[in-house]
Amino acid sequence: MTSDSRARVLARIRAAVADAPEAPDVTRAYLPRHTADNPGGLLDLLHENLADYRAHVHRTPPDGVADLVARLLDERGARSVVVPPGLPEEWLAAAGAERRGDEPRLTPHELDGIDAVVTGCALAIAETGTIVLDGGLGQGRRALTLVPDLHVCVVRAPEQVVASVPEALPRLDPTRPLTWISGPSATSDIELDRVEGVHGPRTLEVILVTGP
Amino acid sequence: MPAFPEAARAAIGDPTLRANLRHATHTIRDKRARAVAELDDWAELRQAGKEIKDRTLRHLDTYLLQLEEAVTAAGGTVHWATDAAEANRIVTELVRATGETEVVKVKSMATQEIGLNEHLEAEGIAAYETDLAELIVQLGEDRPSHILVPAIHRNRAEIRDIFREKMGSWGRPAPEGLSDTPAELAEAARLHLREKFLRAKVGISGANFMVAETGTLVVVESEGNGRMCLTLPETLISVVGVEKVVPGWRDLEVFLQTLPRSSTAERMNPYTSMWTGTRDDDGPSAFHLVLLDNGRTGALADEVGRQALRCIRCSACLNVCPVYERAGGHAYGSVYPGPIGAILTPQLRGTASEVDASLPYASSLCGACYEVCPVAIDIPEVLVHLRERVASEGGKGHRLERAAVKAASWVLDRPAALAAGQHLASATRALHPKRLPGPGARQWSEHRNLPELPAEPFRDWWKKNRT
Ligand code: SF4
Repeated sequence: MTSDSRARVLARIRAAVADAPEAPDVTRAYLPRHTADNPGGLLDLLHENLADYRAHVHRTPPDGVADLVARLLDERGARSVVVPPGLPEEWLAAAGAERRGDEPRLTPHELDGIDAVVTGCALAIAETGTIVLDGGLGQGRRALTLVPDLHVCVVRAPEQVVASVPEALPRLDPTRPLTWISGPSATSDIELDRVEGVHGPRTLEVILVTGP
Repeated sequence: MPAFPEAARAAIGDPTLRANLRHATHTIRDKRARAVAELDDWAELRQAGKEIKDRTLRHLDTYLLQLEEAVTAAGGTVHWATDAAEANRIVTELVRATGETEVVKVKSMATQEIGLNEHLEAEGIAAYETDLAELIVQLGEDRPSHILVPAIHRNRAEIRDIFREKMGSWGRPAPEGLSDTPAELAEAARLHLREKFLRAKVGISGANFMVAETGTLVVVESEGNGRMCLTLPETLISVVGVEKVVPGWRDLEVFLQTLPRSSTAERMNPYTSMWTGTRDDDGPSAFHLVLLDNGRTGALADEVGRQALRCIRCSACLNVCPVYERAGGHAYGSVYPGPIGAILTPQLRGTASEVDASLPYASSLCGACYEVCPVAIDIPEVLVHLRERVASEGGKGHRLERAAVKAASWVLDRPAALAAGQHLASATRALHPKRLPGPGARQWSEHRNLPELPAEPFRDWWKKNRT
């Protein structure tokens, strides 16, 4: 039945456009990026745009990550934390929270009982204030950054920071599950008042790691 | 379903509804203008968006076949549905096969269009809407009134009352002493829905885009309910209109810039999920894509009307539309309200019913919808074209229009000139509402203050100002 429908839909499409003029090639006269090529400026822009959408943004050199992660978990009262496979061990070296691995896979209910998750990312987009996760090392599957209420995400600058959406896509692998995050979960469904935190993490802490 | 003028009259008489709508549309429209102004290349992005969609539509068969191949290769299963009944049947069978009797849903226009929830309910399957606004609509036994903010017609006090009265009969009740602050209402929704997310075995979604080249589906959202439905269940079923395909991965760079800014006026929406088939280590283990025609190929065959299929459902045209602002979404009698609904619905459903035949008249032809549309759909042009169609068909209750359209041939004979004039100068816009014929426009005028009659006929004005 469905195969009949497939043939019917395709036949209808072909008949519908049979007399249509050929569509021209797409003109891509838009800009590949909207900001100057200057790594310091990009990092500031990323910082500003993340903060504008109510993410909390911090900067530290690499040797400050462990203390910062520990402090942020502490300040938010996180007593347990999910550790995605491949997360650099040193990032959690100073944290007191109980660590939970994801092997065997945590059930949704188990995840719901965990306070926080710490991850890396695939890249970050400065112009839109977006962090992209692709399930690679140190990020885990999508549910890990969804169910716990606090997400601490570490971005390595400058190598993981791109300026724009057109610069981001060629660096991503579409066969991986991708999650683009711009600020914490939010809704504007009630009289258009923005409220942070509906179903995803209510708090997004972003750590920009600068320097060598 | 009453024709648009009747339905609109009721809405216009409801001061709460009008105030809710006015506040909402004006807020979003001002923010949108600022978000768009941030990008110097908006005109070029808009042009590229239009061209990508036109190209897709011209070779829709090729891209759908490519998509099918890529999705299948990535472990998904593709189904084709010619109409709503077939799509509903396919989804029901897929849910049945899992042995489950409840599903969680991501907000999706396509599933609303086919009446999937009602169909599933009749088959003994409970479908839970999980978008906050959709939840408000579902609990309130109401209908959505806006593409992006379906409960735009409800204010906070109304929402609190709905939650207090109805949540308990669907699952976890609203907390004691729930106030009407948005934060508390959102928290109540979080608690109510979380138990459903955690136990859900089947998720149902639509998609904003499907990439033919890679088989990737894209869902754009804010709350995280989409991510919950797309990742926690074991089975994911996505029902998507055939026109949602785009040829290449790169094409997303255009729409991921234009869609969020046009819809929520954000640089980027909080969450975007992209998935390609299934993966052993992440997300649902079964993925079904139901490709939906349901009138789209009919629209595709109309050389003027087919541009409506470029629509990316951003809802910008609703927020600038003076008719939508006063009449509200329900008056359009379809899941697609506002200017896009006025051109899409009569094409998908035909113009046999009174409400569908009246929709092309539910506009002042002011041209604002065309100007904000990120894929440059010339909505006024299609409206005029559909008016001609309705008039020539002598549709039920529309004999009057035929006469009126004849009388107004000075403008309707030349849709291109009309459109150009509308886009040219805002000065002419004020002239159109009372100049255009038909019960829609006439009854409309009973409820608004019309500007002064023009000192000279449009045609004279046109001559003087254009030559
Ligand atoms: S017609 Fe254009 S403006 Fe209206 S919803 Fe569709 S894409 Fe947006």
